[in-house]
Amino acid sequence: MSTSRTPTLDPAKDRSQVRQKRMIAEHFERLARAKEEGRAVVYTFVPGNLTELIGAVGTLPVLPEINALQSGMRGRSGAYITEAEKSGHSEDVCTYVKCDIGMLRSGNIGPTGTKIPEPDLLLLSYTGCFTFMKWFELLREQYKCPVVMLHVPYQADGVITPEMRQYVVRQLRDKVVPALEKVSGRRLDLDELSQRLALSARAEDDLVAVWESARHRPSPIDGYFGGVYYIGPIFSAFRGTEDAVAYYRELREEIEARVAAGEGPLCPDGPLGPERYRLVVEGPPNWTSFNDFWRMFSREGAVVVASTYTRVGGLYDTGFRHDPAHPLESLADYCLGCYTNLSLPKRVELLERYIRDYQADGFMINSVKSCNSFSAGQLLMLRELEKRTGVPGGFIESDLVDPRYFGKANIENRIQSYLQMLEARRQGGYA
Amino acid sequence: MLDPGPAPAADPCAAILERALNLVEDHTFAAVRVWKREHPGSLAIGHMPIYTPRPLLEAMGCLPVGVFGAGPQIDIIRGDSYFQSYMCHIPRSTLELALAGHLDDLDGMIFPSICDVIRNLGGMWQMLFPDRYAAYLDLPQDFSPAIGGHFYALQLRAIARDLEARGARPLADAALERAIADENERRRRLETLDDMRRCEPWRVRASEAYTVVRAGTLMTAHEHTALLDEFLAALGRRPVRAFDNARVVVSGAFCEQPPLALIQTLERAGCDILDDDFQLGLRMIEGPITVAPGRDPLEALACAYLEQGAATASRYIDEEVKGRALIGKVRACGADGVIFTAASFCDPALLDQPMLETALDAAGIPHTSVKFAENAGQFQTIREQAGAFSDAVKLWEGQT
Repeated sequence: MSTSRTPTLDPAKDRSQVRQKRMIAEHFERLARAKEEGRAVVYTFVPGNLTELIGAVGTLPVLPEINALQSGMRGRSGAYITEAEKSGHSEDVCTYVKCDIGMLRSGNIGPTGTKIPEPDLLLLSYTGCFTFMKWFELLREQYKCPVVMLHVPYQADGVITPEMRQYVVRQLRDKVVPALEKVSGRRLDLDELSQRLALSARAEDDLVAVWESARHRPSPIDGYFGGVYYIGPIFSAFRGTEDAVAYYRELREEIEARVAAGEGPLCPDGPLGPERYRLVVEGPPNWTSFNDFWRMFSREGAVVVASTYTRVGGLYDTGFRHDPAHPLESLADYCLGCYTNLSLPKRVELLERYIRDYQADGFMINSVKSCNSFSAGQLLMLRELEKRTGVPGGFIESDLVDPRYFGKANIENRIQSYLQMLEARRQGGYA
Repeated sequence: MLDPGPAPAADPCAAILERALNLVEDHTFAAVRVWKREHPGSLAIGHMPIYTPRPLLEAMGCLPVGVFGAGPQIDIIRGDSYFQSYMCHIPRSTLELALAGHLDDLDGMIFPSICDVIRNLGGMWQMLFPDRYAAYLDLPQDFSPAIGGHFYALQLRAIARDLEARGARPLADAALERAIADENERRRRLETLDDMRRCEPWRVRASEAYTVVRAGTLMTAHEHTALLDEFLAALGRRPVRAFDNARVVVSGAFCEQPPLALIQTLERAGCDILDDDFQLGLRMIEGPITVAPGRDPLEALACAYLEQGAATASRYIDEEVKGRALIGKVRACGADGVIFTAASFCDPALLDQPMLETALDAAGIPHTSVKFAENAGQFQTIREQAGAFSDAVKLWEGQT
């Protein structure tokens, strides 16, 4: 394994990482200039985001969840949440929402230090999360701007029916597109949308190759902690752009080079040592102690070979690709197929597949207090997966961006105990 | 201000209330068992809050059964092992009922789209009880008849097909029209009861109305109408005297239900609860459902939800101003204020509450808030808080 790289708190300072940082910086610069340049700004959510459509009418997306997680990583979310709770928001509810409300009340300064422009439209893609609806109702109260609702039906029976697809397409055609055209002052050009979708599909091909690289031993990637960096461009403002295609091509090449060299992933303290445990992880990460959380695994030689959180903004490794020949239908299928829009039995099937395909030694559920869309049912999923695969599961609890709910010692103890149990099983200490 | 109420012996409502309470508190659902014995081959279909179009089920010869968890009736043991501590109580007690066999007489369950927890509970049901029918009812958030209404009607037809495949009567227009008419009759009685609560809250306490209304979630609309007729007639004969209590609207307990003792606690603290959104389902459709001649009754049922659905937290408020419906309720019944009563960890209610509070503040309507769990047993703090609120609104009455 190469040791020439400088240990860093970023997962990798590869060329792709540098490219991503530049892309994000440029996006925030565009946002900072949006008002003076007359470009409309559309707030929307990661699951079910319609980035190609937003881009095709010349508007710019802002994703409040990403603002919230970045606030968490920058150590600001605690104060923002307190600010929201002081203004009457319950301690019981989603901390992404409270972080966003607190950030808004504190001046709405984004990660690059510039003010995030106010929305011209709230595109409420109601996909896989009830809280999204309340979140944008709350933002509408603050910004007094229009909202367009896209109700994405839930895949309760594990299939996308023609009726579900048609329902979404009709909303896109009759509600969402006209609302976007109104705020942008520009008609949607379906050819341009198709071109963007073709770019999406190319990036998606490369992303899937990156995910599947984790089948190798050692895995060249960490598919959870490292994976959240890989999904950055495609889950946010860049799906359907040449930038995203270039980023994922570059990333894939870097990962393939790592496979060829027999290298494992880069972690907060540098390259992972010998790969001792291969894990699958269900649930979002904690953002306030992200690197500490990652170290709890990497220092033990544990690598995450697949995760469900990295499928929350699009599930591509089951075969879906955006289809330029059927733009609106394809966007509908994309929304319908996001991970948290899957039924619990389908989630269990997916996790079971990951455990088997990626030859995982174990799986870990990080149950976050803020997100019932993920968390409700996870204890049953744990039992079911153990029953089906014979692979033992671990269960820890934390939160997305509320630092009060990250009990470092407790979580570390649980992870260490879990990994020791895996080791004991390997040694034959457990039946 | 303690309201002792009429002496039980003299109360013409006592027997009806006792009957209703026995139904509501029976976590073994004996009434469903009896109904199935009396209707061999017919299906009993449970449904979670908030709203399920019961006439669809009745038209197919099924008994719709409202399932609101177990309240304070049973200890939760197995149910707790499936849910983290930061989740509301109703899914764990509902699961406890099912795992203990108390829901065995139900031939299926419908999980309406209330929130992520109830949605995922539907998925858990599929995994834990694979032989039982479990349907997710994705109530539309698009309110155009041609888009959301069409999608919703297709879902209702799919549920009807599923039930027919399990032995229910095929869905027929005439039967659905009759069931809708029955529901409208029930709705009319509920409106009469609501009017009585608003005009003479000392004649019918909210806790009493609650019990008799909730009993109706365990019987057909026709049977419930008869019960309500009996109750309304008895209320008319009830000897009463007026009390000068604070007049309040209670908001936020539309899914997980507060213990009856909590409602009584608010009353004992000097509050006349003139309106509420407890067990909203039976009152979700505001006004009668109209089936115009020649119109498909199923489409009429679907459109009623789009066009007459009550504003509640799980329903997207589109062009309507947030909080307007609650302010309208307060004004309509001449209430002095609002008590928000949300279940702990109830995302819909608790995320909605700040917006509603802002609207009430702007309208100069006093409010306070409490939280509960369905199995709570201590209400002293709530009593003190509600008492202070009641005293405050009475003290400052007319001065805001």
